[in-house]
Amino acid sequence: MPSVKIKKHAPENDMTPFVDVAFLILSFFMLATKFKPEEPVEVTTPNSVSSQALPEKDAFMVSIDKDGRVFVSMDNPQSRQLLIENLNTTRNLGLTTAEIKNFINAPSVGVPFSQLKSLLSLDPELESTKNALKQQPGIPCADTTGGELNFWIRDALSAYSGKKLNLLIKSDNSTKYPAFKNVLNAFKQNDQNKFLLVTSPEDAPPGTALFETRQKQILSGK
Amino acid sequence: MASVDSGGDGGGKKGPGVKKAKKLSTRVDMTPMVDLGFLLITFFIFTTTMSQPTAMNLFMPKDVDKPEDQNKVKESGAFTIMLGKQDVVYYYEGMDPAAPGNFRTATFKTIRDEIIRKKQSTNPEDLVMIIKPTEDATYKNTVDILDEMTINEIKRYAMVDISPGEYQLIKITEAAAGIK
Repeated sequence: MPSVKIKKHAPENDMTPFVDVAFLILSFFMLATKFKPEEPVEVTTPNSVSSQALPEKDAFMVSIDKDGRVFVSMDNPQSRQLLIENLNTTRNLGLTTAEIKNFINAPSVGVPFSQLKSLLSLDPELESTKNALKQQPGIPCADTTGGELNFWIRDALSAYSGKKLNLLIKSDNSTKYPAFKNVLNAFKQNDQNKFLLVTSPEDAPPGTALFETRQKQILSGK
Repeated sequence: MASVDSGGDGGGKKGPGVKKAKKLSTRVDMTPMVDLGFLLITFFIFTTTMSQPTAMNLFMPKDVDKPEDQNKVKESGAFTIMLGKQDVVYYYEGMDPAAPGNFRTATFKTIRDEIIRKKQSTNPEDLVMIIKPTEDATYKNTVDILDEMTINEIKRYAMVDISPGEYQLIKITEAAAGIK
């Protein structure tokens, strides 16, 4: 019986185009990426049509998570140092040099002053510290004078005296309005009325006045 | 076209004593490279943040004690938007929310038409939008309504606290509509 021999192909196939595409995508992501800074609080910001870029320098950010916990952070290590030294004296925190250093390197902080020392005494290298940072109770600010957040803002402003400080408020989609109002109130206690709300970009809906204006700007080459 | 002489078949016969060099295969096993490549792609996809966050301006009015320092709002130009539970929006024109038919309900989809209608029917110098979020509103609602002001290019708007009377009206409306 004549048997049909099937010619066996080598199981290798040419992967070159595959590799080409893979590395093309890889290089795209490497160039497009910007690492997310690790934050102890997860905040999903709402969308807005604003096209203004978020200032990265000279920022004092108050974050509010979905449960209304309030955290503060500052970008500049020098101002962080000034801020914590100010607070250390005005609020009698009794922080050691090591604890001050921990604050300078810490991400967002959201504890009452009474717990600040014990939080900062934790070793930042330990995994348990990361959990402790996640479980911070938030800065109290619910009363009419803005609570302890008032002092944070006051000392942040004095640490930045003379220079313009961008006041950022980053809040979660599902944060209730009273939590946001408390933060605004704390700022108001310090005569601060200009804020930048952190949002995600969104296009202007077609057919609206803003959409028309932007179209005109594009057409006139601005 | 430029070509590189590979010294292959086209090279002609070599002398009798010359040994033909054994040709090694140019194929390289690329599997590990592809593995690594995709590993890196996955890593970068997960760590990347594609859209940069933007900043939205918010100017709050200063508290003024003296009534003569306060901004006066013309009744014909006032439009009050209140944010309630469950993403529901309430609005009224003028000063009196209790006037018959004045206090109305909308959603975030339909409020834009109302804002545009008010903007077109009012003298631009008189138009003032007043935003009053209740304690049941979320931050997203607040940003959305402030965004509507930008979208519709409303020049004068303010965010203020809700009055107890208005909150009462919302409560009644919510109870009637069965919004929990």
